[in-house]
This record gives sequence, C-alpha cells and structure tokens, in this order.
Amino acid sequence: MSSQADRQTSVPVDAVDVVSPADAEASEAAPAVLTVRGLTISVRDLELVSDVDLSVGPGERVGLIGESGSGKSLTALGILGLLPEDVTAAGSVRLSGIDHDLIGAGERRLSRVRGNHLAMVFQEPMTALNPTMRIADQVAEAMLVHRTQSNRRTARAAAVELLDRVQLTGIARAYPHQLSGGQRQRVVLAIALANDPALLICDEPTTALDVTVQAMVLDLILRGVTARDSALLFITHDLAVVATICQRVLVMYGGRVVESGPVREVFTNPRHRYTEGLLAASDLEAADSGPVGTSEPVRRRLPTIQGTVPAAGHFPDGCVFRTRCPHATEVCAERPPWTGDQTRGFACHHPAGADDV
Amino acid sequence: MILRLVERTAVLLVSLAVSSVLVFGFLAVLPGDPARVALGVNASDEAVAELRRQFGLDRALTTQYVDWLTGLLHGDFGTSYISKAEIGPQITDRFQVTLWLVVTGMVIALLVAAPAGTVMAARHRKLSGLALSAFSQVGVAVPAFLAGILLIMLFAVKLGWLPANGWTPPAEDPGMFLRQLILPALSLGLVQGAVLTRYVRSAVLDVLREDYLRTARAKGLRPFPALWRHGLRNAAVPVVTVLGLQLATLLIGAVVVERVFVIPGLGSLLLDGVSNRDLLLVQDVVMVLVVAVLVVNFLVDLLYVALDPRLRVSR
Repeated sequence: MSSQADRQTSVPVDAVDVVSPADAEASEAAPAVLTVRGLTISVRDLELVSDVDLSVGPGERVGLIGESGSGKSLTALGILGLLPEDVTAAGSVRLSGIDHDLIGAGERRLSRVRGNHLAMVFQEPMTALNPTMRIADQVAEAMLVHRTQSNRRTARAAAVELLDRVQLTGIARAYPHQLSGGQRQRVVLAIALANDPALLICDEPTTALDVTVQAMVLDLILRGVTARDSALLFITHDLAVVATICQRVLVMYGGRVVESGPVREVFTNPRHRYTEGLLAASDLEAADSGPVGTSEPVRRRLPTIQGTVPAAGHFPDGCVFRTRCPHATEVCAERPPWTGDQTRGFACHHPAGADDV
Repeated sequence: MILRLVERTAVLLVSLAVSSVLVFGFLAVLPGDPARVALGVNASDEAVAELRRQFGLDRALTTQYVDWLTGLLHGDFGTSYISKAEIGPQITDRFQVTLWLVVTGMVIALLVAAPAGTVMAARHRKLSGLALSAFSQVGVAVPAFLAGILLIMLFAVKLGWLPANGWTPPAEDPGMFLRQLILPALSLGLVQGAVLTRYVRSAVLDVLREDYLRTARAKGLRPFPALWRHGLRNAAVPVVTVLGLQLATLLIGAVVVERVFVIPGLGSLLLDGVSNRDLLLVQDVVMVLVVAVLVVNFLVDLLYVALDPRLRVSR
C-alpha cells in the first residue's frame, strides 16, 4: 500500500488528494486496461445498450453515471460476460494482457479472466453471498479457483488477511446471515480484490447500504484499488460520489454514452443537455441559497428533468434524450454525432455553453 | 440449536401420543367384534362373551388403550386374536422386507430425480429440458401398481430377464434377492422419482436465479461448478422437505406394490390383517407405519439444520 493511501482516514473525500495531476496524465499515456468498442446489448430485437465505447487506463478511476434504466449495470455485466439468459452482447471488450476478445469467448476462457483480471462488486450485498458457506471459505475459493493459493490452508490464511484489510476480523467462520449489509459488502469486496484484479467494476456498491456505512465502504474500495494499482469502473447515480473518487466520468442515457470527460470538466462545464439537467437536479447549494440578489433565504425547488426515463425500447430515435429535452428541435430526430474525442466529448445537437457563441 | 432439538423432540412425542390415540380410537369404534369373527357366525353368545373376556375386550376402552400402549413401549405387540400367534416377530420380519423396498425405491427416486431435475432446470428453455419435463409429467400420472404391472409385462413376461414376483431374504440367496428386488423397487422408485424430479427442477431453477450464483461466476467458477458448489446444498433444503413427505406416499405405494409382486412385507401383512379382521394386528401395523413416518420427518427437521446455518440461530 502506498504511503499516500496509508495517510487516508475513513473519510473518502480525502481521496481526491491522492490523485495528483501527474498521476492522471501518466495513466492516460499508458495503454488502457479496458477497451470497450461498440458494445451493444440486446434482448431479442430490442437494443438495451447501443454502441458504447469506453476505456479505462491503468489505475484510473472512471465513473459511469445515469438514471436507473440507462443501461449502466447491463454495460458492466456485458463486460464481465454475465448477462442474464436471452440477453446478448455484440461489439468488442478487450482487457490488457488477455489475448482474446471477451465478447464471444467461451465460458472456459472467460472464467479464467473473471475474478482474476476482472472482478466485480454488485449492488445488493444481502443476497450476494452463499448462505450455506462460511465467509472465509467463500473468500478463499476465489484464490483456489485461479490457483493463486496452492492449497486450502494457505488460501484460508490469505482470506483471513483479506478480511482484515476490509476491517472484518474474527468473522472468518461466520455465515453471511450473521453479518450486516455493510459487512457483507466488505466480504464481497474482499472476494473481488482477492486476486489483485487489473480492473474492479463496482455496480452501485453503496446504494443498498445505510448512509453511515456508505463512506466506510467507499473508502475501503478506494484503498483496495489504490494499494493494488487496480483500475476502477464505478457505476452510480450519486454524482457526489463520482466527484469524490473518480478522475473521469461517462454519462449514460437510454443505453448510450451521451457525454464523457474529466470529472471536473464535465461537472463544471456540462455540454450535453442531459448532463446539465442531471447536475442541476443535484445542485443542493443552489437550492439552499435562494434566488440571486435577495437577502431572504427563500428555498427554491430543486430543478428536475421533466418526464421520466422511458421503458426499454421506448426511447426515441435520433437523440435518445429529445423527448425530455427543453432544447430539442427538429434536427434532434437525427442521431447527434460525437463531438470531441475519446477523453472529452459529447453527443448533442444543442450543447450547453454554446448558445452564446 | 439445542432449543430446536428439544422443541422438535417435544413435537415428535406429542404427535406420537396423539396418533396412538387416533389409531386405537378408530379401530375401537369400527363395527365388527374380533371375538365373533374368531369364532364364526354360528358360535353361541356365551362363547363369544367368554372369548371377549379372554382377549380383555370387555374392559373399559381406556384400560385397553393403556395396556396396548404399555405393551408397545415394552416391545410387546400382543397376540393375534385370529392366528393366536405373537404379532411382534411377524412385524419385525415384514418390516425388514418393506424397509428394503422403500429404501431402494427412495434411492432409485433420488438417482433419477437429482440429475434429471438439474438438467431440466439448466436447460428449461431447450428441447432436452422440455422433453424430460414431458416425460416426468407422464411419470407423475402413473400409479406405482400400474408401473409394477407394466414392468412385469415387459421384463418378466416378455423378456424373461427378471422374476415376476416373490421374495428371498438377502442372507439366503443374495443374487436371487437382488433379482427379485429390482422390479418392485423400480416401480416404486420411478414413480416417486418422477414426482421428485419436478421438485428438484423448481429448487434448482430458484437457485439458478440467486445472486450468490452470479457472485460465484464472477469469482471465476464455470456454470456447472458454480451450481455444484454453491447451488446443491441450497437446493437440497426444499427437496429434503418433499423427501420426508414422500416417505408416507412411498409406504402406501409399498402396500400396493407388495400385493402386485407377492412380497411378504408390512403392506401384505396389513392387508391380510384387514381381510381376516385381525384387529390388533392391523392396529399394530398401522402404528408402526405412523411411527416410521413421524420419526423420518423428525430426522428431516434435523437435516434442515445441518443444511442451512440460518436455522441454527438460537431464539
């Protein structure tokens, strides 16, 4: 573990300091750990995720945000090759150090990658663990499957140490039902980190947890990836969390990536109208401060994005956001092209911040 | 854990007590006087009264019940009113025969149901799974005695591979014992297996949808090892429940199957007792069957706790 990581306290806000700009630049220069190109996920004829491109550099922490139903979780499961029955993925998912595409690879080859180079923490900790198996055995299994520990005894010792790292001591022989949600999520994290994965995917890992333990679990995730130089793909709808732990962010809506870029840039200068709406809806400071120019502390209503996320398959053609967008015009019936490049860009005909130009 | 054991034991004892009252009570109110049956219709009333006194049938029902129960608790099943033979040794003999039949039938049922149900669940959208489903549906609809008759027609009459009926104790001639055991055990086991397959299928389907199976896959386990290591024990809990309940069905099935295959088991003893109006014999056999079912269900309860650690929480 680096000295910087050791210095961290349990408050994840500190984490932002860990990343110096130099670090971020270095990671962008190196070949990406994960490269997704044209990932399309569909059930029968219905496209749920369309043409998603994303890449994560070594040690980089990337956020994937959007409302429920925007295709974030499916994207993650598609990368891992764990989509539900009947749901199929097309496109390309490459992992550095793996000489084959993950899309279309057989179970035998995929299972060597999963839990080894690529690991995942799921949203719901209460049901993620086998209720009939002791905690340490479930952690140890991750290492035995990939033979990173040669026998049951050493694997178990390593499991106890991993559990120690996520601040769970003396629970090795416990069963999942004896633990709280936060504790279980830490066990899942220990399993995911067991083989020092090059990339950890977290799918809303704190959404189901008490607010009081969210910060702790976030902090442990951050420490875990920092200590291993693992890259992180963090899925959430919590913008504050992304601002705290991620360097780069992708915004998804209607199964498409609508905007991407460095967190600071995207959050201070959003270009896509959906991102703009999302940020406005989370701007608690503006809501608290009242209208500009009045000394009276009048509480404003938090602005919302009008309408709701359509059901899968009911997104409009062209720009997927146009049915809810206040700036939509006729041209939005055409699919907006991607403006910018891989690191910073958006897909919008009427980008924010361009009106006055 | 201890608390649960005590609780289950208490439940077992109460059920045993209640069922003994029921068994005794039903047979006591049944019309038909054992003494009259023993002596025939032409016997004089005095002779019948004399025999009733000998049998102790003239005493109060409560006294008779207490006597009977005390006897059972001491392993004394009494003497038949009709054959005047000790009932205890007959039951012990016949019980072993039925035990072989039921246990072998259960093993066959499990050997059929566990793999077939798992395949049906894993391939529930594919043709092979659907074909197995249809096949088990047919199996569910076939009663054990019909299966027995069909098996006799095919393997004994037509092909002549196996004897059509009879029974040889294993100690006497193990080869013959096995040859005679196969068909009756199959007719019990296949039908039970078809029923059980459907429960295994739904249990495995439930487990396949569980999040922890996805976690196992995310760890790097391939689908089948994941199901084997993480699904089996979890799927076993509901299946074991059914297994316990099925035992009762299996015992009833054995009664009929023993008749079809002319096997001297508890079932044929019971049927003989009924047709001879051997009241005490019937009463004893029914009680033995009831005890067997209750004890097995008690053991199933304990097996749950072994399978599912969530039940070990002391309340």
